Amino acid sequence: MAYHNGALAALADPTRRTIFERVAERPRAVGELARELPVSRPAVSQHLRVLKEARLVVDRSAGSRRIYTLDPAGVAALRSYLDRFWGDALAAYQAALAEHEQEVP
Amino acid sequence: MSTQTARATVWKSIVVDAPIERAFSVFTEDMTSWWPPEHHIIEAELAEMVFEPRAGGDVYDRGVDGSECRWGRVLAYDPPHRVVFSWHINPHWRLETDPDRTSEVEVRFTAEGPDRTRVELEHRHLERHGEGWSAMRDAVDSPDGWGLTLRRLAERL
Repeated sequence: MAYHNGALAALADPTRRTIFERVAERPRAVGELARELPVSRPAVSQHLRVLKEARLVVDRSAGSRRIYTLDPAGVAALRSYLDRFWGDALAAYQAALAEHEQEVP
Repeated sequence: MSTQTARATVWKSIVVDAPIERAFSVFTEDMTSWWPPEHHIIEAELAEMVFEPRAGGDVYDRGVDGSECRWGRVLAYDPPHRVVFSWHINPHWRLETDPDRTSEVEVRFTAEGPDRTRVELEHRHLERHGEGWSAMRDAVDSPDGWGLTLRRLAERL
């Protein structure tokens, strides 16, 4: 719960939200974000740190740069949810077809 | 990268006891008969689900009051073998209006016999739902949602 409140709080800040959205589009380096946005590089780093603590983004190093991407745990949650949804939906589809077959021999 | 893609895709495969033509037509023309009723995003009571049978057509819910909720776009329509449609439903199960934040569902039908068809479904590009991921966590976290079990599962993946 605390973890989750952290994610919501992290996105409440408009600049941080913009940074998060840019990272959601594709992986980004700190310098790239700082160039695109009217925010200093240290400020971008600070925002990314908050997003990382909220487990919304993860980083990896690429040479001297740090590349930020969305935290895969988020997409894993969505995937699990839809996996279950499609499982239920296709089971119902299968059952509907079975009924169909009985009606139309 | 491949791990990332795998995490952002759902695959399902089932075999149904029906000829390929019927399997295809029930999936598309007769969605109303099988789509889980608790998963409609239209506010009004559902009259029917419509799948316009052509590339560029819409997939939508129609309410008894005449209202419509267009939640998908047909990207490929190749009866009775394949259909692809976009998914404009956000993780809160509401309409996503930003086309950049939509995912894609491909369904392939393969005859395994005169009355037997394999149906393979791929729901991909889930990563495009972007910031919806945090909303998803909301749903996952809520006591009456999928609950902790799913979050734990998600964290293990």
